[in-house]
Amino acid sequence: MANSQAMCTSFKSEILSGIHALGTTVTRAGTGADTIKAALYLASASLGAATTAYSATGEVSGAGYSAGGITATNATAPTSSGTTAYWTPSASFTYTNVTLTTSFDCVLVYNSTQSNKAISVHTFGAQTITAGTFVLSMPTNDASNALIRIA
Amino acid sequence: MIVNTTKGEIDDSLLEKREGAIDNDNENTTWVEYWLAGELVHRSAHVRLKKPIISISEAGSF
Repeated sequence: MANSQAMCTSFKSEILSGIHALGTTVTRAGTGADTIKAALYLASASLGAATTAYSATGEVSGAGYSAGGITATNATAPTSSGTTAYWTPSASFTYTNVTLTTSFDCVLVYNSTQSNKAISVHTFGAQTITAGTFVLSMPTNDASNALIRIA
Repeated sequence: MIVNTTKGEIDDSLLEKREGAIDNDNENTTWVEYWLAGELVHRSAHVRLKKPIISISEAGSF
């Protein structure tokens, strides 16, 4: 048996669950699972890796859509398989009976409980919705396909 | 089937239905439109994301 250098898989999964706090001034707003939300953004917006928090700038607007987007269903805790930790919301993001006439191509997943801090940005082909429903289906929640993976 | 439209609920037999799909490495998307007298009165879309966000972690060496 030999030692091997590695990032511990348990740590990756525990990062997603907020178990470790390596910062010097860490304040969590609560000890339960956080509320995760999903907001849609116009194709003209500039979200990406540098996005740090939810902002109404560039967010879609229109009948039936509430600023801040919808609350993600989060019934499945982060877990790991092999050396990959992963998490996926447990239901599709569904925006029902909305009219969004300016094209949008992006959803921001963010932590509403923790000062709206950003988690991930996902892009897709530009869409408009007219008196209809927009559905973003989630991928299979496993180490190969989950929405968020730390490998 | 009754369709929710900008003109209220209308039976789909009175509407022109148009459908489309996009399938690429990033997504599989389907959409449906209903038109009334040349006017778009309903559009819905369903996006299935394929490409997850992946963050690679490494333990540093001394």
